[in-house]
Amino acid sequence: MRVMVIVKATDDSEKGASVTREAFQAMEKFGEELIKAGIGVLAGAGLMNSSKGKRIAFDGANRTVIDGPFAETRELIAGFSIWEVKDIDEAVAWVKRSPNPMPGRSEIEIRPLGMMEEFEESVTPETKEIRYRLHEI
Amino acid sequence: MTAGETHQAIEAIFRIERARLIARLARIMRNVDRAEELAQDALVVALSEWPKTGVPANPGAWLMTTAKRRAIDAIRRDRILRRKHDEIAQELDSAVDGTAEEVEAAINDELGDELLGLIFTACHPVLSADARAALTLRVIGGLTTDEIARAFLSSEATIAQRIVRAKKTIGKAGLRFEVPRGAELAARLASVLEVIYLIFNEGYAATAGDDLVRPSLCLEAQRLGRMLAGLMPQDAEVQGLLALMEIQASRLPARTGPDGALVTLTEQNRGRWDRLLIRRGLEALARAEALGGDGPYALQAALAACHARAPSAADTDWPRIAALYDRLRAVMPSPVVDLNRAIAHSMAFGPEAGLRLIDEIADVDALRNYAPLPAARGDFLFRAGRLAEARTEFEVAAKLTRNVREAAFLRARADACG
Repeated sequence: MRVMVIVKATDDSEKGASVTREAFQAMEKFGEELIKAGIGVLAGAGLMNSSKGKRIAFDGANRTVIDGPFAETRELIAGFSIWEVKDIDEAVAWVKRSPNPMPGRSEIEIRPLGMMEEFEESVTPETKEIRYRLHEI
Repeated sequence: MTAGETHQAIEAIFRIERARLIARLARIMRNVDRAEELAQDALVVALSEWPKTGVPANPGAWLMTTAKRRAIDAIRRDRILRRKHDEIAQELDSAVDGTAEEVEAAINDELGDELLGLIFTACHPVLSADARAALTLRVIGGLTTDEIARAFLSSEATIAQRIVRAKKTIGKAGLRFEVPRGAELAARLASVLEVIYLIFNEGYAATAGDDLVRPSLCLEAQRLGRMLAGLMPQDAEVQGLLALMEIQASRLPARTGPDGALVTLTEQNRGRWDRLLIRRGLEALARAEALGGDGPYALQAALAACHARAPSAADTDWPRIAALYDRLRAVMPSPVVDLNRAIAHSMAFGPEAGLRLIDEIADVDALRNYAPLPAARGDFLFRAGRLAEARTEFEVAAKLTRNVREAAFLRARADACG
């Protein structure tokens, strides 16, 4: 299964505090351990703070663009990575070994990617056919 | 970490450590079976201790120390069983000390090296290909015999017996669980790569059963390939195999239609190809090429990459594919490669070029009664406007193939020749 490993933003990361060399090296070392264990790191990136971001709000036919920064730091993310793992327990066990991604208190969230297989129970041959044709377009 | 860890969480930690634990213990005990038992014993202790004490800061070292104590006890018991009590009293002390030192040395050894040693042992050429695959999935992949049996559509008893025999063979051969050095390394590595690719192909082109593909086996092989690439980053063929598997796996979502039938490469909806895997595959291929990769796996990966890079089947870089087959033929001579080479040349340089090459291999024994040969020849003749001859070839091919869908397709092509 694939999971997104989401590093939550903090006040520091929102201020654009740069990562120390030690913290960077610790992250590199952790990444190497992941690779040696055969965990597929399929994608990932750190994000610039929300002052560089934009939001598009939808309301009926209206689209409103809101410039960053955004206030609710706890709801913001500072980086992500997509892993291929056996199950979410494996992802949890690995994230616990990660160095703290931030200088102070921080949080990493793990969310499984929604794959069609996850909904397989509700799939009938007919919906499968429709799904396949949708992909064809 | 907090106390009250659930069994589930502890087992997840154990899965991460298991292969390395077994690798170290096998090197000390020279016995895979005992190593597996000792690792399992350490898990049992962890399951009773950790919920009370919390997970230790370095769970891998904790598990190893626990297993090590049991290993020393086991060695001591063995010696007592084998010899009379009074004879061994003095010897025992020094022997146990020696063992303890050996254990310490093993702990301080490069982790990666030990895991590699176990991989090389599980894939040793003294074992049959089937035994190597089963043992590798068991001790490195951590699959249960039941899971392996289901993956290979075999019975659990068969797989269990295969693994038991493989372990005995390793013991009899006196293998030392080390990474081979020098000239031996290349030959032994070829055996490791072969096992991983065999597991991948068993999933990708399932040779038995109702399903055409079994993605779980592909995933296990990719995982092994990723692990090996992490442990041996400087080997071009290791990177080549990983690239080949990642790119081929990227097509899995497009490879079967809604009715479960196989969809050929040119017919696949490329929008369903997994871009993340393609990117990973192309990166591994770039590393293989930077390392001078010109071996069978790197070349096959380069071939797969030609398709992965083409936005549509019509955009395929056939001259490059033809050139790659020219090189592949030199390092991996096989009649099937020759046939594919003829097809690539026909696509790149026209049907006459294909006909010239296919006529060179028309009498090869290995291709006798091989449906793809007349099918390809029929296609070249058809495109060259030689319809009557093309019809005959398609009819021959339709009779030879055992696949019902393919036979229908070939008969339709024969009919199209008028």
